[in-house]
Amino acid sequence: MDRYEVRIGGFGGQGIVTMAVVMGETASLHDDKYVVQTQSYGPEARGGASKSEVVMGDEEIDYPKVQNPDVFIAMSRAAFLSYIGGLKENGILIIDQDLVNIEGEIPKGVRVYKIPATRIADEKVGNKLATNVVMLGAFTAITGALSVEGLKRQIEDRWPRFVKTNLQALEYGLEAGEEAEPAIIE
Amino acid sequence: MKSLPERVMFTMGDIAAAEGALSAGCRYFGGYPITPATEIAEWMARRMPELRGAYVQYEDEIASITSVIGASWTGTKAMTATSGPGVSLMLEAIGLAVMTETPLVLVNIMRGGPSTGQPTRGQQGDIMQAKWGSHGDYQIIGLTPASVQEMFDQTVQAFNLAEKYRTPVFVLADETVGHMREKLVIPDEKDIKLVNRKQPTVDPSEYLPFKADDDLVPPMAVFGSKYQFYATGLTHDERGYPSDKENIQIDLITRLNDKILKNADDIIDLEKYQLDDAKIAVIAYGTPSRSARRAIAIAREEGIKAGLLRLKTVWPFPEEAVAELATEVDHIIVAEQNMGQIYHMVRSAGAPTPITLMRKPAGMPQLPEEIVQKIKEIDSQ
Repeated sequence: MDRYEVRIGGFGGQGIVTMAVVMGETASLHDDKYVVQTQSYGPEARGGASKSEVVMGDEEIDYPKVQNPDVFIAMSRAAFLSYIGGLKENGILIIDQDLVNIEGEIPKGVRVYKIPATRIADEKVGNKLATNVVMLGAFTAITGALSVEGLKRQIEDRWPRFVKTNLQALEYGLEAGEEAEPAIIE
Repeated sequence: MKSLPERVMFTMGDIAAAEGALSAGCRYFGGYPITPATEIAEWMARRMPELRGAYVQYEDEIASITSVIGASWTGTKAMTATSGPGVSLMLEAIGLAVMTETPLVLVNIMRGGPSTGQPTRGQQGDIMQAKWGSHGDYQIIGLTPASVQEMFDQTVQAFNLAEKYRTPVFVLADETVGHMREKLVIPDEKDIKLVNRKQPTVDPSEYLPFKADDDLVPPMAVFGSKYQFYATGLTHDERGYPSDKENIQIDLITRLNDKILKNADDIIDLEKYQLDDAKIAVIAYGTPSRSARRAIAIAREEGIKAGLLRLKTVWPFPEEAVAELATEVDHIIVAEQNMGQIYHMVRSAGAPTPITLMRKPAGMPQLPEEIVQKIKEIDSQ
């Protein structure tokens, strides 16, 4: 795997940083990749802008921040507008369509996947807190950047008390990712 | 009770520093939380009781650092962690630790300053503060890790140097290094080399608490042991008694400086990358050094002979290594996440070789492309 960059944006409280951390843990500890995970957030605990990033690859990662994401996951309109810049041509854009509309110029060839992660977490899993795990499942199905096996093991290691809910959320996310038909930007 | 951490973790630089301290034998943490160093305190609050160590949160940074000095005198390896505003409050006591030759480690996760600045954004603005912040004429040791693994390794090293040279040691990490997550491998306990302070062996009636051995470092007795002594911030003789004599002041201050300066080779750690045939060298530390590494890979692909001297130690400043580098290359670029601090040291060591500063007093380091651009500009001159 060449240097592979993922950016996730949303608001504080959605589990934006946790999503990137679990992504990093899986790639680093189970899939044996080099990984750097970073984040930036404002001084607020909830509701402020939140951005997290993962850079992974088969070689040591030098510059630790994302410059031109291969994948951008947008979980709020504000984050979509702030962080869409730099997305690679032919890259992947994953949005929660209940929270984000596509606006403005999107680079050529970008594949846009709409995943109602918050709705799935609320209605199917019965817990909105699982939104980020649903999205993690969708990301994995769409990109193949993480092993499903590694992700399951990491979820079991990380949340021993909430394994059932989170594995269920993961399954719904994987399913939504597999079924999603991308719109391709021309 | 679990006394050993997981061997492999995917974790933050802050937590790696805490684990490094614990592996080095640190069993006392006195601190006051501050972004972006709070995770160190949080981790220590959780881990210290497991290891029968002590974690104390104080009312402020001044109490924190003075408690660390006291803890160290009881024979315990001790530390604190803070950020720039906290260091500002601790500086007076840093001088006391220097003067009383107290081993301790201070981790500064550097954020944007001056004053409250940008708490959640990084910078490298406290490099000169670490060296010159307290009054008087002294040396300090300052280490600059650039990865999560180095946060662990260099915090272990910080304790070893503090113990060996009886001095405060700064770990100076920018916020990006403190808050980034990477894989951390904690070696087997037996593979971690530890240094412990020298203890006196003479009869208590003959003990001179500030009489140095040939290495310029005096053995350090434990408070409350059979050795009786007095430690003061006043200029003192070998007995530890205050003195206003000129020769005592000269001898003491010279020794305190020389025990660091004359052992600079033992203390300094550098990494050379692609320097063998380089015509243009970049000098950097912390996160900007990771931008520089990428920039050099890109420049090399385009046939430009560039290399990197990465400083893992900034204090004592690696003057000889920089002077030597300056004779081997045509131009040196210094990339720092500040307005130019180590730049001044490089300029004084590297003259008359031209030295260009890339300054950036903000949360993100220079982009690799910006450094490539500067290398190309210089290469085409």
